[in-house]
Amino acid sequence: MAELMLREAILQTLFSEMERDENVVVLGEDIVGGMGTDGGPEAIGGIWGTSTGLYDKFGGDRVIDTPISESAIIGAAGGLGLTGKRPVAEIMFADFLGVCMDQIWNQMAKFRYMFGGKTECPAVVRMIYGAGLNAAAQHSQAPHGILTSMPGLKVVMPSTPADAKGLLTTAIRDQDPVIFLEHKALYAEKGEVPEGDYTIPFGHARLAHAGEDVTIVAAGLMVKFATKAAKTLSEQGIGCDVIDLRTTSPLDEEAILDSVENTGRLVVVDESPPRCGLATDIVSLVTNKAYASLKAPPEMVTSPHTPVPFARELEKAYLPSPDKIADAVQRTLAWK
Amino acid sequence: MQISEDALKQAYRQMKTIRMFEERLHDEIMTGEIAGFTHLYAGQEAVAVGVCEHLDYNDTIASTHRGHGHCIAKGCDVKGMMLEIYGRADGICKGKGGSMHIADIEKGMLGANGIVGGGPPIVVGAALAAKLYGDGRLAVAFSGDGACNQGTTFEAMNLAVVTNAPAIFAFENNHYSEHTGVSYAVGSEDIAGRAESFGMKAWRVDGCDFFKVYETMGEVVDHVRAGKGPAAVEFDTERFFGHFEGDPQNYRGEGEIARIRKERDCITIFREHATKKKLVSKKDLDAIDKEVSDLIEKSVEESRAAAPPTAEDVLTDVYIDYI
Repeated sequence: MAELMLREAILQTLFSEMERDENVVVLGEDIVGGMGTDGGPEAIGGIWGTSTGLYDKFGGDRVIDTPISESAIIGAAGGLGLTGKRPVAEIMFADFLGVCMDQIWNQMAKFRYMFGGKTECPAVVRMIYGAGLNAAAQHSQAPHGILTSMPGLKVVMPSTPADAKGLLTTAIRDQDPVIFLEHKALYAEKGEVPEGDYTIPFGHARLAHAGEDVTIVAAGLMVKFATKAAKTLSEQGIGCDVIDLRTTSPLDEEAILDSVENTGRLVVVDESPPRCGLATDIVSLVTNKAYASLKAPPEMVTSPHTPVPFARELEKAYLPSPDKIADAVQRTLAWK
Repeated sequence: MQISEDALKQAYRQMKTIRMFEERLHDEIMTGEIAGFTHLYAGQEAVAVGVCEHLDYNDTIASTHRGHGHCIAKGCDVKGMMLEIYGRADGICKGKGGSMHIADIEKGMLGANGIVGGGPPIVVGAALAAKLYGDGRLAVAFSGDGACNQGTTFEAMNLAVVTNAPAIFAFENNHYSEHTGVSYAVGSEDIAGRAESFGMKAWRVDGCDFFKVYETMGEVVDHVRAGKGPAAVEFDTERFFGHFEGDPQNYRGEGEIARIRKERDCITIFREHATKKKLVSKKDLDAIDKEVSDLIEKSVEESRAAAPPTAEDVLTDVYIDYI
């Protein structure tokens, strides 16, 4: 085990998977950084530090620095995947999904189905997402709900450096298109990461905190907040299961239902707005399949139905927080 | 450019197969037996065939919503295509794709595409893969004059130039994007010129003359295989049918369809040139007509009789496995 930041775990995984399999190719804008400048290739080394050194090691044919052309990036990943390669495309901010949606939604997600199951597209699209850095409405969103609703895509949201490694390795080796969402506010998060070959299967949630009274379901950065809330609550004698979904598609329904059947209370935490999202999806699942176990109405802690605001005070008010989660847990316990 | 008699016969067979496939679909759609939206390629056969005659099995193409011609020219199974358009379980895509989503990766056919401008970015990816395989293979994006206005096409052309990817952008200018004329929809009316402005070499050729298409594509393919970067070709061609089957075509000029069928029919032009120059005998061409006619008849008969997919089939082929 080595202690790494989440961004370092991503970089190491890309390195080792590119070394292991020559078909792995990475592409994205400024992933090399400095192309066509006096500074030259690797002058920046990728703005997130998740691709630094890949170009020097593997060369420009496998580490493809692209213009700012998200449709072409994702389309090229689709074409690479269809013709025998394992592309890992980077979308610098998940918000840029808006300009490449067709290539994700209408193209790569549907190849296998439209073409009668005779085609696969093993492509990974890494998207850097999430609020908390005052990056405002077009650089802070969490679009996992939209992506999870699309048949044909798998959607991954790691919350720890170890999971980032294990899930990214699985994503690169998977035969389907995978959206891999990295929260920018988790990049500096440190944690022990297993060394050597390490994979985590999709569709298997992780129990981030154990308790008997309330089930909290979360993904990505929200797992950190939920765990913090759970720790505070445990000091007050309230026990919470915190279920880290790891992947929102496929969804580990069993882990959620088993926990709710035990606790009888559900709080879903979601960074995206409340309508037609992950939180409503999970509340619907539980009310349909574990209705008899519920002792209180499920609670949703989400962002409001607004764009992500800029100012510190506004963004703080926008995002779910450990305090808001703890309050929701208390509400489910107080319900009569 | 030299082309053997056998290759010419094969080219004619392909063109004729596309034509009869489309003419027959036009008739069969009238019967109401075929569901959904169908866009016919008839009139443009010399382009698909003239391009694909230069391609090997490991070269790839991506097509458009008007894709039957490209599929046939790249070697997709004709009967499998007919079954697919009839929505049958044994169709080339098990009845899940239909007319607009026919693909056969084994044949290097990366898919027809229901989204105008959907294909060019995918082709750049295939071309980047081709570069890594390093064996001279290339990828071709077929687009119409409609897709030449899509941002995806611009992005794809620029990315291909920037990465020196072995991609060919084949623009089939049939003068109509859906129901709108090129003089209205394409700013400069010069599609090849747009490609040139991205920094690639571009050609312009009469797309109704197979021999001209074939000769030009020889140069284009040599250029791209030699690693000189991507290229574009603008073909001046004709669309014999409407945008979709059922299109009233009341926007066409008076006598326009009769005129282009008389003066611009690539099959007639091929036959006249080939027989006049004694490249292929009329007898051989007639024999091919009969052979193709039988194939289409048999494909339709089998498609009519074939079993549809079942309700359970809806749920398969979304993912490699299910958890």
